[in-house]
Amino acid sequence: MSDENLISRRGLFTKIGVLFNGLVAVAIAVPIVRFLLSSITRGRNNAYLSWVSLGRTSEFPEGETRLATFRNPYVMPTDGRTVDTACWVRRIEGDQFQVFAINCAHLGCPVRWFAQSGLFMCPCHGGAYYRDGSRASGPPERGLFEYPNKVENGLITIQAGELPTPGASAALIGKNSPCAG
Amino acid sequence: MRWLTQIGEWFDHRLQLAAPIRDAAEHRVPRNASSWFYVFGSAALTVFMLQIVTGILLALIYVPSASEAWSSLQALNHDVALGWFIRAMHGWGSNFMVAIVLIHMVQVFLFGAYKFPRELTWIIGVFLLLMTLGMAFSGQVLRFDQDAYWGLGIGASIASRVPIAGPAIVKLMLGGPIIAGATLSRFFALHVFVIPGLLIGFVCLHVLMVLKLGINEWPMPGRLVKRATYEREYHELTQKEGEPFVPDAIWKDMFFAAFILIAVAACAIYFGPFGPSGQPDPTIIQTAPKPDYFFLWLYALLSLLPPSMETPALLIGPVVAIIGLLLLPFLSGEGEKSWKRRPIAVLTVLLIAITLGTFTHLAGFTPWSPHMSAWSGDPVPEKFLHGTTALQRQGALVFQVKQCRNCHSLGELGGQRGPALDSVAVRLTPDQLIRQVIQGGGNMPAYGKNLSPAETTALVAFLETLHPEGQSPAREAALREGGMQP
Repeated sequence: MSDENLISRRGLFTKIGVLFNGLVAVAIAVPIVRFLLSSITRGRNNAYLSWVSLGRTSEFPEGETRLATFRNPYVMPTDGRTVDTACWVRRIEGDQFQVFAINCAHLGCPVRWFAQSGLFMCPCHGGAYYRDGSRASGPPERGLFEYPNKVENGLITIQAGELPTPGASAALIGKNSPCAG
Repeated sequence: MRWLTQIGEWFDHRLQLAAPIRDAAEHRVPRNASSWFYVFGSAALTVFMLQIVTGILLALIYVPSASEAWSSLQALNHDVALGWFIRAMHGWGSNFMVAIVLIHMVQVFLFGAYKFPRELTWIIGVFLLLMTLGMAFSGQVLRFDQDAYWGLGIGASIASRVPIAGPAIVKLMLGGPIIAGATLSRFFALHVFVIPGLLIGFVCLHVLMVLKLGINEWPMPGRLVKRATYEREYHELTQKEGEPFVPDAIWKDMFFAAFILIAVAACAIYFGPFGPSGQPDPTIIQTAPKPDYFFLWLYALLSLLPPSMETPALLIGPVVAIIGLLLLPFLSGEGEKSWKRRPIAVLTVLLIAITLGTFTHLAGFTPWSPHMSAWSGDPVPEKFLHGTTALQRQGALVFQVKQCRNCHSLGELGGQRGPALDSVAVRLTPDQLIRQVIQGGGNMPAYGKNLSPAETTALVAFLETLHPEGQSPAREAALREGGMQP
């Protein structure tokens, strides 16, 4: 048993033990990683998005921009009020609407509408947008985020469900909206 | 007392910890390292322990649920005896910890303490700084109020700009498609389990290395660090003119730690707890969210960078800064330690301090943001209306009603986003005023679609009156007597 190439019984079992533990670790890691990534994987194919109603079109006078709120379609029991979301609804004329996200296209702060000057202004870093959502001035690199909308049975509905952010929503809304700016 | 000694011996026979602890406590340190400049590390550790204790106390009441967190903080502030004090201690403790860690880092940098053989101590220190900032941000999120909600939105907006992976990172950070219950829960897990666990481990390593490698000696100009000889020289120094850490060198650390704890408690009693501000209800949009003070500089930077620079600066800047800090001990691991002979080091610290200080100061009054209520809250000062015609007064009305005031001040009141207009007539001719108002430009929106011709005429008539007494308004050069014809 003095041959150096020979492996002792204990040494072999230690190696098998390491291998066995490695296999078990991988097997356990798979569900752990899938759990950790569940917030991403569920969102595949826009699974978070669905059509929500903002109310009757008659609540929005033509030529005006008004604040509307909706409940986010994806809700967990502990979400509290955070699932209540605001958006700006502009009724151009007839059934022609534009629905803007409340979030500034710069860093997501809530923009406010000033009807007198026809501008949306952001309180954080001074971004400003015209009434059609296009960029007027300040740090934003683009116009306001727009939800795809349609009018059905006298109700204005939008496709919503995800927080619009400069990186994500550019692609998201560009794909779905007929009037992406 | 004999029985006490016997109990002690019984335990030590089994634990065998007394000797190593005595060795650690009595290890010799250079006499001149026992200085008031060397107290910040132990002060940071003291505040960290305070944060652990007050954090556990807060967790007795706090509920990490998006629907309950805000009201549980209200209960801490108003219903639970001394809940406000524990919240205030934790909040001020966090401010003090960020400040002390930064001061500690500057001191270590200026005293060359990161050089051989203490490179790894510095690198772990950089991670400790990042974790401290991570605790500060996640702690602000747990104060689940309007600032926390919109602060998360800003964080998500920044994260989303990462190429390709951006949207996935946002969902991972928020725990779902929007800022909601899952977001708070995961920041709770980070703030209470993940980061503190790492912090405790890294702090232990950091302190262990200070014990093993010895505290940095007082840097003498001209005494250069050389890898070959430093450790022997340091050993000789501690043997020849050193003193035991306990009891000879520790008293300054103890005094300063106690002083810091008193300062935290005094701030807590005098200023009280931080918030919570309004409820985290995203349908309340009358809010101007702002981060806590240690991130105010970033808040200012984000409004002052040119738009095209922003994404690269946000994504590349931090990476470069962190890599620079991590590489520092390898780039200058030997040589001069004393700040007296390292002018670039001193200038770097000054430059960074002045930059951060200026940005923080600017973020205090946000000159880049429109004053949302100036148009209805700040009337045109009387002196600008004396002796004006009806048309000019109508223009002053247009000026207010069209919210020009939100960005332009008159008589020091109003927004500072655009230039003050107290003497605009000296700078721009009537034609230039009309063009600026209608077309905008230079970061001003175009008002062409929102002003009728009559309103524009009145507005410009008013703006033309805005010039100091005795100084005539600007005129077209071509119309000036003897001027060149176009």
